[in-house]
Amino acid sequence: MSAGMTLGSTLFHSSALARAVTSSKKRKVIVITFGGGARDQETFAPEGQENIPHLIRELIPQSTFFTQVVNRGILGHYVATASIATGVYETINNFASIAPEHPTVFEYFRKDLKRPATDAWVVAPSNGFNRIGASSHRSYGSDLGAGVILPKHLLSAAISGRNSINFESLLRDNYETPLYTPNLAGNSLQIRQLEEVLKLSLDDFMSHALMLSSPDELSVFIARRLMRQLAPSLLWITLHDIDIAHAGAYSLYIEAIRRTDRLCADVWKAVQSDPEYAGKTTLFILPDFGRDSDDDSSGNGFQHHRTGDALSRTTWMMALGASVREGVVFDRPAESTDLLPTLGAMLGFSPALAHGKPIPELS
Amino acid sequence: MLPSDLKPKQFSGYPPQAKKLVTDYLETLRRLPLSFLPSLLREAIEYDFKFPVERKTLERELSKLDSLSDAKIKEWFKEFQQIRLSPALEHSDWVNAPAQFVEQLSAHLWTTHQMDAFRKAALDYGDRLRAAAPPELPALPRLWITIIGQGVATHDAPLFRKLRPHGAYFSRVKPENGLNVLLDAIAARAKAHPSAYGHWYIDGGQNADQHPSLTCVSYGGLETARAVLMAKMRTEIEKPGMGPEALRTFLGQIRPADLGLGETGDAVLDRFQVKLLTEGSGTQVFSTTFAQWAAREASRRAQPLTLLVRFAPRQRQRPMNELLSGSQAQAELDPAGSLIDADIGAYYNWLNQQRLPGAEQSSFLAWFENHNEALAIGPSMARGTGSTTAATLAELLAWMS
Repeated sequence: MSAGMTLGSTLFHSSALARAVTSSKKRKVIVITFGGGARDQETFAPEGQENIPHLIRELIPQSTFFTQVVNRGILGHYVATASIATGVYETINNFASIAPEHPTVFEYFRKDLKRPATDAWVVAPSNGFNRIGASSHRSYGSDLGAGVILPKHLLSAAISGRNSINFESLLRDNYETPLYTPNLAGNSLQIRQLEEVLKLSLDDFMSHALMLSSPDELSVFIARRLMRQLAPSLLWITLHDIDIAHAGAYSLYIEAIRRTDRLCADVWKAVQSDPEYAGKTTLFILPDFGRDSDDDSSGNGFQHHRTGDALSRTTWMMALGASVREGVVFDRPAESTDLLPTLGAMLGFSPALAHGKPIPELS
Repeated sequence: MLPSDLKPKQFSGYPPQAKKLVTDYLETLRRLPLSFLPSLLREAIEYDFKFPVERKTLERELSKLDSLSDAKIKEWFKEFQQIRLSPALEHSDWVNAPAQFVEQLSAHLWTTHQMDAFRKAALDYGDRLRAAAPPELPALPRLWITIIGQGVATHDAPLFRKLRPHGAYFSRVKPENGLNVLLDAIAARAKAHPSAYGHWYIDGGQNADQHPSLTCVSYGGLETARAVLMAKMRTEIEKPGMGPEALRTFLGQIRPADLGLGETGDAVLDRFQVKLLTEGSGTQVFSTTFAQWAAREASRRAQPLTLLVRFAPRQRQRPMNELLSGSQAQAELDPAGSLIDADIGAYYNWLNQQRLPGAEQSSFLAWFENHNEALAIGPSMARGTGSTTAATLAELLAWMS
């Protein structure tokens, strides 16, 4: 081994920040979270592996995998996703359209690295998620936030004028109140987003949507379109089909897990085949939290995440791609709020107000 | 207001039997912490509409609390005393609206990161209560039956995977006249051991039989009530300012008459059915969810001696492209998906049975309707075994008893 290589590897390990600064201009990160949570017994436990063939066979061998990621905050999807994005357990109302109180990953990223608005995007389910791109923090805020695309809003605009009852289940915002389908406002803005950002006409969008079976497939279609048109360095995709579990039909929950498994692999394939992303992208995949265990009598098994038991709080995370070791498994606990500081160390921004800690195995 | 300030007149809005119960135990209630008491009142205010087992359980709990010295009360509720409440919660009308208090308390606990502490306090209290006032054993060993797979010709994945380690799997069951055999068996038990709300038949479709000694609930039988409820929900949702929490409050205020129920003269069962539709998630749209949740609630609340749950096919979840294409096809059924739902439902039914007193003496039978597969669990059935012996369902029941 040459002296140069020895010195180089010493520097590599001792100065993650220096590395991040020098390479961050090329570096890209994609984060996929599952709003819905999936339990180990339906995913990574032996009896669940049949539901996630792509994660098990294609992605795990390439990844660093954390088996215990604990969410100690509120187990609601918007607030939990906001907590992952801010590195702080947010306490905002899960069902209200409210911005996170602490700066988001997008604001730190854009402010510290002086990135334009086109370099950070979120593709997410509707309702409260429309505020996830930027916090209400006075030193940050919407001028530094990410662009947010809500595929269900786009759909709403596209089917505007048709009988909304036929689309109840499609436009459903959250599965925790299965029949609640709020009015989705802002159609003109959404259509402009389609045309200006995604370079899609309403007709083109509808013809693509007509080939897809679920809202998450639409989200991934939009994400891939964003990658092609703008190649953002920070892309956050929140999937939500799995949360159909709240309706109590186990077969639909399993079907959604299998679809999510396939969609994660699709995103990774898109990264590999896109010169803007191949070789310089790190992909993170994590559910926002778990679901209730079968053994807790106060819950109803897979259906909800209301008990706050260990299974509903504990999930997993995988990281793969640039600068990530392959085929490594860590069983030590991490917290879901650790993701943001880890991204900060990777990309070279300083998440000063985050409470989580960088994950040393990734930073 | 704090519990120590309670006065009898504050319960004037309670139904008559509930009012008598709480005023009889007023001194006891005054000694309990506010972080706990509304949860107890939420049960007490429903006393007039509770099943006999629930009434006894509540009476036993109050009696036990009444017998505790001040020092013991302090010891039992130490963890609840440490829960910090907000002034808004303290000033809310927790006497007359305990359920709303509990809902707001839940949000407060999540927001203030006290949910884990509250959860531990509740679990510890439950353990103490069970140790001090053990629940009564059932009058006869429980027999629960779950029938799955109605309308399914074949299936790919093996059935009863989660149940098999706990019982004997039979692969050559003679299915002829099986449903009637099982219905006759539970009706005979109900006739031989009369018990108010002790013997249940829950169907995800239409009840195949309405034996008077059985408490019968069905998804099909509530079709009109479900349609009325859905219409009411749509109307509410369209109101300005409506959100999920306001919708939940609205649903909590619905009474049987609002849904066209209440003509059977069984106010207790009517209330139970309304709660299945207004508190259950997905029970309004998926028959498999309805059957599983109805069984779960019957188990938790009525603790049936006999329970037969028959799953029926639920409506198919239409994919996005089909919805967007604008086709107005009739709602189709999804027998294959429903079989998977019912298979896990059978497992959950067994888990719920195991949570009840006398679990070790209980028996459980799961049968794939009109097919040869069944799974039998009970004291006389070897665990984790399989049998290729040809047997009728009547024989299986006899071997289990």
